[in-house]
Amino acid sequence: MGLDKSKTYHLMEVCGTHTMAIARSGIKNLLPSYIRLISGPGCPVCVTPPEVIDAALELTEKPGMILATYGDMIRVPGSVKGDNLAKRSAMGADVRIVYSAMDAVEIAKQHPDREVVFLGVGFETSAPGTATSIEAAMEQNITNYSVFSMLKMLEPSIRALAADPDFNVQGFICPGHVAVILGEEGLRFFSEDLHIPAVIAGFDTDDIVNAVRMLMLQIAKGEARLENEYADVVRPEGNPMARQIMDRYLEPRKDIWRGLGSIDLSGYGIRPEYAAFDAEKKFGITFREPTVRSGCRCGDVVKGKLDPVECPLFGTVCLPEDPEGPCMVSAEGACAAAYKYRSF
Amino acid sequence: MEDFITLDYGSGGKKTASLISNMILPLLTNEALDELGDGAVIDGAGRLVYSTDSFVVSPCFFPGGDIGKLSVCGTVNDVSMAGGEPKYLSLALIIEEGFPVESLRRIIESIRTTAQEAGVQVVTGDTKVVEKGRGDGIYINTSGIGFLKTPGLSPRNIQEGDKVIVSGTVGDHGTAVMLARNENLVQAELKSDCAPLHRMALALGEKMGSSLRVMRDPTRGGIATTLNEFIEDGRFGMEIRESDIPVLPSVNMVSEILGLDPYYAACEGRLLAVTEAGRAEEALEILRSFENGKDAAIIGEITSDHPGRLVIRTPLGGGRIASKLAGAQLPRIC
Amino acid sequence: MCLAVPLRIKSLNGTDAIVERDGVSRSVKVNFIRDPRVGDYVMVHAGFAIEKMKPEQAEEDLEAFRELEEVLKTI
Repeated sequence: MGLDKSKTYHLMEVCGTHTMAIARSGIKNLLPSYIRLISGPGCPVCVTPPEVIDAALELTEKPGMILATYGDMIRVPGSVKGDNLAKRSAMGADVRIVYSAMDAVEIAKQHPDREVVFLGVGFETSAPGTATSIEAAMEQNITNYSVFSMLKMLEPSIRALAADPDFNVQGFICPGHVAVILGEEGLRFFSEDLHIPAVIAGFDTDDIVNAVRMLMLQIAKGEARLENEYADVVRPEGNPMARQIMDRYLEPRKDIWRGLGSIDLSGYGIRPEYAAFDAEKKFGITFREPTVRSGCRCGDVVKGKLDPVECPLFGTVCLPEDPEGPCMVSAEGACAAAYKYRSF
Repeated sequence: MEDFITLDYGSGGKKTASLISNMILPLLTNEALDELGDGAVIDGAGRLVYSTDSFVVSPCFFPGGDIGKLSVCGTVNDVSMAGGEPKYLSLALIIEEGFPVESLRRIIESIRTTAQEAGVQVVTGDTKVVEKGRGDGIYINTSGIGFLKTPGLSPRNIQEGDKVIVSGTVGDHGTAVMLARNENLVQAELKSDCAPLHRMALALGEKMGSSLRVMRDPTRGGIATTLNEFIEDGRFGMEIRESDIPVLPSVNMVSEILGLDPYYAACEGRLLAVTEAGRAEEALEILRSFENGKDAAIIGEITSDHPGRLVIRTPLGGGRIASKLAGAQLPRIC
Repeated sequence: MCLAVPLRIKSLNGTDAIVERDGVSRSVKVNFIRDPRVGDYVMVHAGFAIEKMKPEQAEEDLEAFRELEEVLKTI
């Protein structure tokens, strides 16, 4: 069959770490003009809607509360520009950066008189660990630890994306570490249901280059298979033990995605039997009506509809040090990556 | 002496006098300081280099150094980068009530040792104590005077084709201090690279003449930020090669695990120099003749392409722009 | 959401392990690794081992890119 090199082939990655890795590799302007790498809704921070961030910010106002979070969340604004965890910390809130949910459990253990809430952000790569932290707290009878789950599932967002009439993607670079958990089996839907070429890829430059090669070959041959470039780490069956611990403590639920709206069974909530470790239940968290700041196009950027540089706010009103939306502030948001590693 | 600094030690009365006479003077003694005049009377020279810096690092003791060593090196290095031979330092201490006297002693001893190594004398100083909660243990300011030895250093001298040199591995200090501040992140045998640069700087200045265009030490913001400063005036661009930039394996590994970038992590014992292309190898040899310069490397050059922009050439051969650091680097999982 | 690094298991204690590489170490959970052993390499994300693996054999970036260029010429 072959390629029509007068067209543009869009290859989409759906993992913030891939966004960064691609940007860091400097590959973008080495590729021929008929291959375009674009970012999808793979930044879990970017797809968290502002009202959820607002709820986390409100939690910091509770006296004695310790909010433990990955560094990724520190500068993400809620509905109000400039209002983020960094600002709340400066105003006196106890916000602590942790590398692992287990470190948050440890903080709870060391401060039995304080409530510790861990912001559980991420996709399936982070979900088993977040679930483990609940198990650890339970086993050690640490009752002052809870998780505010913002965990999301990969598949429903991809399906929602593919159902969009404007969807114009010819191949997917699939997130290697989500695939570690779900396995080739868990990503089969790319080829079997969506009929789009897909390659599970690692995060080194050579992994990405190999994935591009494998995708373009499939496209040229008119194939739509799921291939695994990362077979050293990703098994066909994935990691069943990891999925088991997820199943024990977490359950799929309806969730709201910035840019994609509400999607059934697209996020992970904490099972009702573990409500004692569910910050939403423990603290009666409610969400205000969603508001999107005018002009912010993060919603379209996460869908891959808009390239960061095409957003009218990019680099002018919206800068890494003064972001409008999470795509610019999140370390691996498409806009932050585009700004930091802009090619020329 | 008591175990903890109290507000009385800052009052200017007997306790202050005893702190100075019992601890500070014996450790830092020299002719000018021993006079304890309001100002130090010192021998001068033709043109002088004058610099000041304040130090608020937390924790005050970290692997490879402490706030005392840092406060001497920071100002000694600023003077050295400007072409001066550092001679005299002022030392201002702002101590929080409750700060352990033993910690203060260690810090002053560290200042003494580092000052000796750097060939400078602390000739004047001040001590204040603030109420508990109004300080972070201890803050230090040092100002430094040096005799100008290498005049004319400036980014204005930079020409197309000039080479960019770094005197050693990058990101050691920033990474070591981050781990010292938050011990739960990862554990690593990482030390700050904090060190005085006066000898290397003077050697370069003496032997290279006008072939040495400018020097700077990449402190806050790392090499990426400082290299951007060199080309801020927009006359030229700069390109550096990832594969040529020396980074310790442990700094690389910590950075990979935590999602940090060593090119934006502070160094406190490294210098960046821009030299005439034809004499870059010579400059490299000069640096490598020093223990602290053993890992020196030529990392890039000045170009007429992309003026005002720093480009990092990746192993793939692609380029990516590196801007100045926006906000402090934070560990991430994404 | 996928930042992970291969690290070597230095010691084990039930579902806890110390992993290390290049002089850097950290405690991690290995509760969803099948039969972890000292000396194994595991992929570590946010303090959790997510899979066992062989030590990386990274391909040369440039080599991979030349392969891509060759393939693109033929299709």
